[in-house]
Amino acid sequence: MRITQGTFSYLPDLSDDEVAAQIQYAIDQGWSIAVEFTDDPHPRNFLWDMWGLPMFDIADAAAGLHEVRACRDAYPERYIRVNAYDASLGRQTTALSFIVNRPSREPGFRLDRQEGSDRQIRYSLQAYAAQRPAGERYGRNETPNGAGHPGPASG
Amino acid sequence: MSANAGPASSGFAMPRPGPGSAGANGATGPGDPEDTGTATPEPLSADDTVELGEEQQAQRLSRMLDEFDGEFVGLAPVKARVREIAALLLIDRLRQRYGLTSSRPSLHMCFTGSPGTGKTTVAMHMGEMLRELGYLRKGQLVSVTRDDLVGQYVGHTAPKTKEVLKRAMGGVLLIDEAYYLYRPENERDYGQEAIEILLQFMEAHREDLVVILAGYADRMDVFFRSNPGMASRVAHHIDFPDFTLDELMQIAGLMLDREQYQLSGPAREAFMEYVGLRMTQPRFANARSIRNAIDRMRLRQARRLVAAGGTIGRSSLMEISEADVRASRVFGDPPAPGDAPPPDADSHQ
Repeated sequence: MRITQGTFSYLPDLSDDEVAAQIQYAIDQGWSIAVEFTDDPHPRNFLWDMWGLPMFDIADAAAGLHEVRACRDAYPERYIRVNAYDASLGRQTTALSFIVNRPSREPGFRLDRQEGSDRQIRYSLQAYAAQRPAGERYGRNETPNGAGHPGPASG
Repeated sequence: MSANAGPASSGFAMPRPGPGSAGANGATGPGDPEDTGTATPEPLSADDTVELGEEQQAQRLSRMLDEFDGEFVGLAPVKARVREIAALLLIDRLRQRYGLTSSRPSLHMCFTGSPGTGKTTVAMHMGEMLRELGYLRKGQLVSVTRDDLVGQYVGHTAPKTKEVLKRAMGGVLLIDEAYYLYRPENERDYGQEAIEILLQFMEAHREDLVVILAGYADRMDVFFRSNPGMASRVAHHIDFPDFTLDELMQIAGLMLDREQYQLSGPAREAFMEYVGLRMTQPRFANARSIRNAIDRMRLRQARRLVAAGGTIGRSSLMEISEADVRASRVFGDPPAPGDAPPPDADSHQ
């Protein structure tokens, strides 16, 4: 099941050139760029792991794309998104957020129904992938030390 | 696609692979990484010819080069090299349109020369010029020194250097006094790490970033000798010569014009004498010393005018007199101990 969230979610996956063009747009608006990744696909999981610090004073999209690629190299089988934060007074919120990488196989969600009193039913979504421990959810072909930042050792 | 790609591709015909059209069409395919979008050069067939002058006009190249020549006094080797680079980029663009191979030339440069010879200023113009030529997307100048790149503890250097490199992407990174990056006397110095990251970026992001190293010639030589990888990745070594007396006077004229001051006739002669004397003194920093001298003359002029009091007009506000120039300590013939060179001459070491 293909996960859709954020801007452009109903378009096909963006190519690198298109990602660069979006990043450039965000830079031109004065927004800061951040790269984040996760392996928990639940729609309400909005706190993803940060890939390094947000980039505040870059002028060109190549720098943002460089970090996207670095994150992809480290975590090829995770969801990666680009956030653009608008810090201007009165807005101060994420202005643009889109997925730039996804696992090759997305098993989707199971719907759980819980019977309550008076025939009430509570629903919950369980991601099949999330049944495995964090870091092993979408195959193992990535760095072993789970969630992390682009430290000095990771080049 | 235009119709001049060959006989096979007239009307709505599919472009066919073949000897006639393959080369011409291959130049500006949709996924062509060299297509930076500033100009949309249409592909040319083998028989087409291009008027070079028109092409230069179209690229706003000649205007830019003239501006460059007009703005800088002296610096003949620099101007010559800048013209060479500009010509190469122009020819490369044309070759690309003919479908000839045009690998993107390495544009990393090394500026060597004494202080105050205009290295930073030229680097700034270089960024703008390369942007106009379509080789840089932004052309901004990020000027850094050793402490912007090298960290203070283990693991600090890599993120710091990368941060700076990311800031400079799409433009020019000027590393002033680059030889300080390498400290041979301390083998645990983090400068080496910064150099390695720099090298990696210079190679991997050749189309995103132009790195310019600047510094004194002799120390840059030592730096390159101990970092052969760096030497081979820097394609253009440009030496900035010291200014002659005439050139310095010309520069002074430009500076005074910009600040709307005038030298009276005798003051001009005195100033020429001053520059001649100052050139022989230690810590002479070419154009920077001239700028400092002008600033001090303005101070003396202001003091003189305030001390004189009375009514004052526009012309006297603009005029720097001979006395303002002659009051400089450079003229003091028996230099008092610790007086020459003047302590306020230049802050540059």
